[in-house]
Amino acid sequence: MAREEAENGRDDMQIDGPVPEPVRGHAVTDGFNPDYLKIYYGKLFPHKDIFEWLSYGNDKKHPGCDQSYFGRREFSFTLDNDIYLRYQSFNSVSELKKSINEKCPIKIDIGAVYNVDPVKRHAYAQSDDNGFAPVERELIFDVDITDYDDVRYCCSGADVCLDCWPLMTVAIKVIDVSLRDDFGFNHILWVYSGRRGVHCWVCDGKARRLNDEQRASIANYLYLYKGNENSHKKVSLMAGPMHPFVIRSSKISEKHFKEKLVSSQNLFSNEERFEKILEMIPDESVTSELRGAWQESRRSSNLNEAINVSRWELLKCKLQSRKHKGLRKFVEEIALSYAYPRLDMEVSKHMNHLLKAPFCVHPKTGHVCVPIDPKSCEEFDPTSVPTLSKVLTDHMLVTPKF
Amino acid sequence: MEIARSQRRTPAVADVVLGLPLYRSAPELQVRLEDFELFAIDRLRVLKGISDGLSRGKKPDEVETLVRDLLKSNMSHPQASEVINKDIISHFVLRLVYCRTEELRKWFLSMETTLFRYRFRLESSEVQRALMAEFDLPYKAVSNAEFENVKEKLGQVADSIGPKKKSMPNADTIFYKVPFEEVPELVAGRRVFLLKGYAYVAMNQVSSLVVTRFRSHLSKALVLTNRKWTSTIREREADRLTPIVESLSTSYLGPDYSQPREFAEISLKDIDQLAKSSFPLCMRHLFEKVKVVVIQSVLLLLHHKSIIKKNFPGVGLKLDDALAFWKAEFSRKIGAERFDKEYAYGIRHNYGKEGKRTDYTPYSCQKIISSTPGVGDHHGCPFRHFRSAR
Repeated sequence: MAREEAENGRDDMQIDGPVPEPVRGHAVTDGFNPDYLKIYYGKLFPHKDIFEWLSYGNDKKHPGCDQSYFGRREFSFTLDNDIYLRYQSFNSVSELKKSINEKCPIKIDIGAVYNVDPVKRHAYAQSDDNGFAPVERELIFDVDITDYDDVRYCCSGADVCLDCWPLMTVAIKVIDVSLRDDFGFNHILWVYSGRRGVHCWVCDGKARRLNDEQRASIANYLYLYKGNENSHKKVSLMAGPMHPFVIRSSKISEKHFKEKLVSSQNLFSNEERFEKILEMIPDESVTSELRGAWQESRRSSNLNEAINVSRWELLKCKLQSRKHKGLRKFVEEIALSYAYPRLDMEVSKHMNHLLKAPFCVHPKTGHVCVPIDPKSCEEFDPTSVPTLSKVLTDHMLVTPKF
Repeated sequence: MEIARSQRRTPAVADVVLGLPLYRSAPELQVRLEDFELFAIDRLRVLKGISDGLSRGKKPDEVETLVRDLLKSNMSHPQASEVINKDIISHFVLRLVYCRTEELRKWFLSMETTLFRYRFRLESSEVQRALMAEFDLPYKAVSNAEFENVKEKLGQVADSIGPKKKSMPNADTIFYKVPFEEVPELVAGRRVFLLKGYAYVAMNQVSSLVVTRFRSHLSKALVLTNRKWTSTIREREADRLTPIVESLSTSYLGPDYSQPREFAEISLKDIDQLAKSSFPLCMRHLFEKVKVVVIQSVLLLLHHKSIIKKNFPGVGLKLDDALAFWKAEFSRKIGAERFDKEYAYGIRHNYGKEGKRTDYTPYSCQKIISSTPGVGDHHGCPFRHFRSAR
């Protein structure tokens, strides 16, 4: 209700100039509010940090730097009325700031660095298709929790809660360690996407200069989860030994699967759910044995959270027993199917893909897209991420709600 | 390369390592016009044969045999000394032929690279080493001390790629430490051990290094050739080479659906019937899904529609009919008004009436096969992405 009021009151509310008047007469609401956004861009949005980050030292202070570097970067704005402004570019932090403040985009996307200023692209594009092309771009990853709907029972679609967020924790852990240890990258930024997932920016010079083929090779290296609506098996491991990356990733996935997801998602609590897991084991004798044990135990003991873990342990024990050689890998397959990161491959494969800038405000949730420290990502709580109204209140830019 | 009617030729010895040309620069050769076309057709037979073999899912060993046979039957020449020239001439002619569009370049690049890869594999290790030197690959073999540190991991990788073959790497196995970006195909297939940005490439994987160099060089060269072609050659050779070049690319690749040609228009009332009888399997699946999915969720569609939509112009459905189709399908869920507001633009865009005003061509099989459908996606090539019926 409060949100509706704020939206209705939008027309008669005027914010003049860069000095924000505390908004009177309207309570601060949790949701998104375009008037607040204007204040946020004017007072809090870190234009300078974004500029310095994306300049990568080409900031006109160092001799021999590439002065045109930042100006060749594409920005794209989404305006309130769903108008997209692509190929915006800025030569200085003041230009960037001025444009953001004027247009007050509900979303800012960052694109590639092109060979020429994107604004002037038409002058070059006419000659042939090689005239205007991206030359640098961070290696990016996008993981959306909506892609996990078949393995989470707490929420669906764009909703997230603390029970399913651990899926994102696994994604960060698996990808982050591989980018550092396997690929040798060091400058990695993880950002909460504001609603339903995480974004990753790999900013090392070497990463920015990768061509599309090399990007695809990294994406494919990390691509283990191959589910789509028409394939049954989501993760299919080769029989026998696994690549060191797969060994490490399945250890991480299994750890979080066992410690968190099995119980938070109640994966073994009822027949429908455990049948879905048993379906992945091709050995009839093992599955019927497990099924029998679990139906038995339902009668004897009452359901509690521990049942999920104990059932998983039993299944693991059966599959890893000496009696059933060759079934071992299904422990890993199950854990990977339920927990391994599901990447949006196309985002990572191509240089010219856009990705939302950090510190944007998600227009639906009002959440600020804050960075996540991969070292302590277990502690990240998406439900307590500051909202637009909260940061404005904290900075005394609007009157708090009573 | 000079084109002349004279038979006189100097053998192109430079840039050839023991019978395997690297095609890094066009040699000074004189070529008879008939040879220009005939050699190109012969090479095209080889490339086309490889392409067919790959799409039938031939295994590496089978492709190796195939390449050997194709070369023998098509690329020989009555004069032994001319074999190498024929090889080089035909390559450069086809480079001209296949530089002209992105699609053509992609195909040619892929087939020439495959051809080179297998020719490399067929060579002795002596020649392979010579080729590595020729490409100036500055990699040093991993030292014994370093090998000991990563021995276990290298063993795991070797195990994971060659299941039954017990060829555990030992101190005698030569490994090269290479920046991972130099061996994208080995990285993509997880066939190398990666540590801090370096790939440990075994001697028997070295072809990948050389092939990557070959490929990136050819890729750049094709773009340059295309520039030269559009800026000067096409015009200058309008009476002589241009007709040959233009007809060569179509003579072997089958019909080209991407060019708007004369086609019958179909109307909306026929589309259900046509979907059953004439849509390719991937389109038919999407089409049926669209009708079902609308009832389940509009959100899902946001993604699929961009693919099925793009194909509607190619099917011959008129814009007004396409709008009517999507409107009918969508309005069940979201109402006609919201449809007009939110989706009509996208459809008009696909017909080149909005935005960039490009008439989109249908996605090619190649594009659909190489896409990676994710969770909740219904598109993709049925033969590649769908599970087999159990």
